[in-house]
Amino acid sequence: MVDDDALISLDGVEKVFDVRRRVSLMRREKRQVRAVDGISFAVARGEMVGYIGPNGAGKSTTIKMLTGILNPSGGRLRVAGIDPARERVRLAHRIGVVFGQRTTLWWDLPLKDSYGLMRRMYRVPRARFEENLERCVDRLDLAELLDVPVRQLSLGQRMRGDIAAALLHDPDVLYLDEPTIGLDVVSKAKVRGFLRQLNEERGTTVLLTTHDLQDIEQLCERVMVIDHGRLMYDGALGGLHAAGSAGESERTLVVDLERELAPISVPGARVVKVEGPRQWLAFPAGQSAAPLVSAVAAEYPLVDLSVREPDIEDVIARMYAGRD
Amino acid sequence: MRQRVRLYAAVAAGGFRRYATYGTATAAGVFTNTVFGFIVAFTYAALWDQRPGLGGYDRAQALTFVWVSQSLLAAGAFIGGGFQEEIQERVRTGDIAVDLYRPADLQMWWLAADLGRSAFQLLGRGLVPLVAGALAFQLALPSDPWRWLLFLVSVVLGLVVSFAVRYMLGLLAFWLMDGSGINLMATVVSIFFSGMLLPLTVFPGAFGEFVRVLPWAAMLQVPMDVLLGVHSGAGDAVGALGFQAGWVLVLLGAGRLLQSAATRKVVVQGG
Repeated sequence: MVDDDALISLDGVEKVFDVRRRVSLMRREKRQVRAVDGISFAVARGEMVGYIGPNGAGKSTTIKMLTGILNPSGGRLRVAGIDPARERVRLAHRIGVVFGQRTTLWWDLPLKDSYGLMRRMYRVPRARFEENLERCVDRLDLAELLDVPVRQLSLGQRMRGDIAAALLHDPDVLYLDEPTIGLDVVSKAKVRGFLRQLNEERGTTVLLTTHDLQDIEQLCERVMVIDHGRLMYDGALGGLHAAGSAGESERTLVVDLERELAPISVPGARVVKVEGPRQWLAFPAGQSAAPLVSAVAAEYPLVDLSVREPDIEDVIARMYAGRD
Repeated sequence: MRQRVRLYAAVAAGGFRRYATYGTATAAGVFTNTVFGFIVAFTYAALWDQRPGLGGYDRAQALTFVWVSQSLLAAGAFIGGGFQEEIQERVRTGDIAVDLYRPADLQMWWLAADLGRSAFQLLGRGLVPLVAGALAFQLALPSDPWRWLLFLVSVVLGLVVSFAVRYMLGLLAFWLMDGSGINLMATVVSIFFSGMLLPLTVFPGAFGEFVRVLPWAAMLQVPMDVLLGVHSGAGDAVGALGFQAGWVLVLLGAGRLLQSAATRKVVVQGG
């Protein structure tokens, strides 16, 4: 599948790392790790796509190949018509990148100094730069932070600062690698709101990796799931839940009892965890929780309860198990 | 081209301001350099009283060597404290990825930032010890502004040579993952072979000839000789600067080769 109309297209892309391990004093063993194992997809201009999967699934490796800092071991990869590894610098002017756990900002200097540097690095005309900066400052609430050294910013403030830094040169594509990691609820909401607006108003294509299903739910219509370097799912978010349920997706009923008890017995559910007076009961996702709740309340000293939906790791884990 | 120059000038200015934010560290450094200056100055004074004319310097020249060396110590990062540890740390944590996707040249970026740092430390850490030394001892500082200008050019070339060496040491992190051993060795080597411990002109015979053509000589010994007027003729001075410029080209070139090898083998930490 090669789709050159797409802004991002991957066709059978692979990345294999050689890992050398010392097995004894004299002997070393060379082992190959297939971080990305034949991935194909295309993202059209203006799409906002979630790219999710468990730790070590190959998400960041994919993003690094899409920025040109890692060379694919095989397959074909194009971003805005450019082969990233061959023309890394030309590509850099077309893309914006935010690595949630790293910063592009100059640690010891006021935030605005980093932006001045971005202007020169990306050769943004001054009027354009002022306009873009003003918009970012306004929407990301940065006005009071511009003169603050980056090392003094909170994680949420720094992240907003980093997102602004990635957008000053009007990139066609924005890669976000866990942009809400470690943020509190308010900061997450701010970041998401800004990204949605960016995509709607400016048509910026966004590829987002995250562990937070809410990021995806609120931002992306399309989601891709990767595990062990392979694409497991590519489609609508709703379909992901269905795909997960094809295995045996389960919801969890968390009950707080008056005191510690042996694992309770309720028909249609099984206890999966006990911690003091709290117990976790798993039951099929398709089944109503109501009969369970009344059964527990009738037989045991119930204080409080809540129902948990299967989270993203769960759904993916089930999907993966389902395909094996 | 002009835009590139402006970018790296902005990077250098950032490097300058960045170190300027640490006032306490600078004050502590000035104090240390001054105390060190006195210790080494008394040692040299005793040595040159016993052996007048050692290394071709008289007593005042030897003491000038001491105090100007102390003034250049931080700027040239002779005992570390530059960006070398920082680049190693960025490689270790994977933060180097951020540096790599930018549309800027890694080596030029770090060179500009490091020259900005050097400029700050030349002023912030260099002036006070030199004034203290000049007040306490009789130094042989030239009065000819032309000589000072040549000295300044020579210092800048020396700083670039120092950068070029440290850049390569920093990049070794791509292969070593822990640079502390290398850094310790690099410090010992740079203190001795630059002439920081004893002027290289002191060493006789083939060994002396050898240490005076190494890159470390271009970092300190050559600028000092330019300042002290050892290269009295115009041709001599040009030769000295040419020697430094030669090392600049060779070492920056070698750094580029190492850089492309390093970026090819980028082992990025974390999936």
